[in-house]
Amino acid sequence: MLVLWTDALIYLLVVAAGMLAWYLSRQQHMRRPLHKIAASPVAMASLTLLLCFALIGLADSIHFKDTDSRSNDAISLLDVACSTMRSHSEKTYSAPFSAYLYAKETLTAEDGATRWDYPRLTYGGAHLHDPDSELNRDVLLKTLGGFSKGAGLMLMILLFAWGDKRERSRRFMRSSSGKAVWLVMFLVVSLFYTLFSLSAFYHVLGTDKVGEDVFYQALKSIRTGLVIGSLTTLVMLPLAIVFGIMAGFFKGWVDDLIQFIYTTLNSIPSVLLIAASILMVQVYMTNHAEDFNNSLVRADMRLLFLCLILGVTSWTGLCRLLRAETLKLREMEYVLAAQALGVKPAMILFRHILPNVMHIVLISVVLDFSSLVLAEAVLSYINIGVDPTTHSWGNMINSARLEMAREPVVWWSLAAAFVFMFALVLAANLFADSVRDAFDPRRAARG
Amino acid sequence: MITYIIRRFLYALPLLMAVNVLTFVLFFVVNSPDDMARMQLGQKHVTEQAIQNWKHQHGYDLPLLWNGGQDGGKQLTETIFYQKSVNLFLFDFGISDSGRNIGTDIQQRMWPSLALALPSLLVGLLVNITLALLMVLFRNSYLELASSVVCVMLMSVSSLFYIIGGQFFIGKLLKLVPISGYDEGLAAAKFLILPVIISVVAGIGSGVRWYRTLFLEEVEKDYVRTARAKGLTETQVLFKHVLKNAMIPILTGVVVVLPLLFMGSLIMESFFSIPGLGSYTIDAINRQDFAIVRSMVFLGSALYIAGLLMTDISYTLVDPRVRLN
Repeated sequence: MLVLWTDALIYLLVVAAGMLAWYLSRQQHMRRPLHKIAASPVAMASLTLLLCFALIGLADSIHFKDTDSRSNDAISLLDVACSTMRSHSEKTYSAPFSAYLYAKETLTAEDGATRWDYPRLTYGGAHLHDPDSELNRDVLLKTLGGFSKGAGLMLMILLFAWGDKRERSRRFMRSSSGKAVWLVMFLVVSLFYTLFSLSAFYHVLGTDKVGEDVFYQALKSIRTGLVIGSLTTLVMLPLAIVFGIMAGFFKGWVDDLIQFIYTTLNSIPSVLLIAASILMVQVYMTNHAEDFNNSLVRADMRLLFLCLILGVTSWTGLCRLLRAETLKLREMEYVLAAQALGVKPAMILFRHILPNVMHIVLISVVLDFSSLVLAEAVLSYINIGVDPTTHSWGNMINSARLEMAREPVVWWSLAAAFVFMFALVLAANLFADSVRDAFDPRRAARG
Repeated sequence: MITYIIRRFLYALPLLMAVNVLTFVLFFVVNSPDDMARMQLGQKHVTEQAIQNWKHQHGYDLPLLWNGGQDGGKQLTETIFYQKSVNLFLFDFGISDSGRNIGTDIQQRMWPSLALALPSLLVGLLVNITLALLMVLFRNSYLELASSVVCVMLMSVSSLFYIIGGQFFIGKLLKLVPISGYDEGLAAAKFLILPVIISVVAGIGSGVRWYRTLFLEEVEKDYVRTARAKGLTETQVLFKHVLKNAMIPILTGVVVVLPLLFMGSLIMESFFSIPGLGSYTIDAINRQDFAIVRSMVFLGSALYIAGLLMTDISYTLVDPRVRLN
């Protein structure tokens, strides 16, 4: 086992999220919005998709030493699951489901004659004798086979769930959100089963310049996206909550100071702050080379630092909202009563203010998630994001940009990054919308 | 009102000071003056003497923040920080580390940035508000549901894809406009069409949703009901009454970004190689040109503070209930 910094923090986050969910479900006033979310098919479907992404990300966050290779490389659970894809690397570009390389080469036939043609791939479609005639049929058959196996597996699970006689699970099966969840599960599981079984024979999304499978890259990028989206929140939340509530509650010089801090931070262009901090980390790492001899550890450190600095630049918005809300809350009768009874300010903040601003925190956390995932891509594009060796959608787009100018065009890296990113961000946006609808008291009043 | 503005100006000084200190510290934690000299003179074959000369010439041979070798006030003034900061407050940006006049550079590069940012903002506003009003007009119908779904989808696409896709389809396949570049005067228009279109399209998703919530909030108020009761058609109500009253939040949102338009969009400018201030900043970061970075940050924060002030003033102009004191 090898625990990277981000791994540890991710699992900490999972535990924290679990505890928060448990706590929320026990609070009486939180049940109504939670029920509202549970009743919405769109919210539940997107939550299911998000959890599928999270599962892949979590599997990619369990690292251990690679016993096969002599170097001290670390691999993750996802790497083990994708070991065929990882090892099946070609020479250079190849299109999705192709049996040939994307560039012509001089080939030497067995009789010594040379010709200028597309060479066969080492792994993609290597089991075919004559790809021109067999390829389409083979792909179709393997797709159908894989899909039916995946779908069969899912149907079996569905049958077991259907047979569950408990009233609660029966009610869930009949509700529209339950159906949406099962539908998404069915689609995701059978699709992934199909893609995985196909990827043993073909490169389903092609290969990139150095011959690495693009499907594998896209899967590995999920973790980066999730880490940026979630760990940044972990950094941002304490700052925003503590400063926001304090500024609103104590007023006076505390308020002035906190406002001064966040206006200062806001008025510096955030790209500049990020660029400077990333440079700083790199200088630190070159000066302490002996602590960062593993490329994975280096990349991980940079990822962690990116989360830190993104958190530092993005807490100001939430802080401002919380300050305004606290200003309103501190004039409420129950807070005044608590003050009159001599309750300590710290206690009032914790018992009366904090629970009553929680909905704002929750809403802004889910709203920020998708924008952070998108920001990662842009930052990596201008080279101040994650390490160039880290798999990320931003890096995929960055390298794909030059490929668009190629003739003929290499489109699959870009398309893969687009599809995966779009699915994640769309699910996050839809879920965020329903959370906002459920928790925002103004919207709740309107029905 | 006047005293309020004066107070805000005085309040801006410590802010700008803090921004300056922060940039300074961030920059010099990463780089030493020696690194900067090597960067400017070329990495190889640089003699120690040449570095010392360069540092002396550009004023980087002083201590950073505190000069222990001097007495009294000179302990503060005979430092890089003081020497390099005090002129900024007079908007005298000085000479960049590579020897160019930053003030003239900024004056030149401001116009391409504006030429890109201003049309993007105006066209974007027009498109977003129109679409949002149409969505409100057709509220509670399948059309609204469909357009909300489209909005969420548009929001979920990274801006990079809009740029790459636009450049590829409009620039490369259809060959309607050049893919990137810039020209003087009116000839620049053909280079600007594509970036403007792309930034408008990229902003539609979030923009339309935002204006829609604004309008929906307004639609439920009493004066709208009165207007309907008078017998006005729904279109008249929306475009005359609701739009007019929703102008306040829209205006304040626009006013805040107005000064920042000068800074340009970093991503758009670097993608379309438009010689504006955004690409200027990114280049300066990559070349570790401290003089430019510091000037741009200072300018950016000064404009930001000006934007905040302008918003407050615009509140009083459009809403007579607001009094500044």
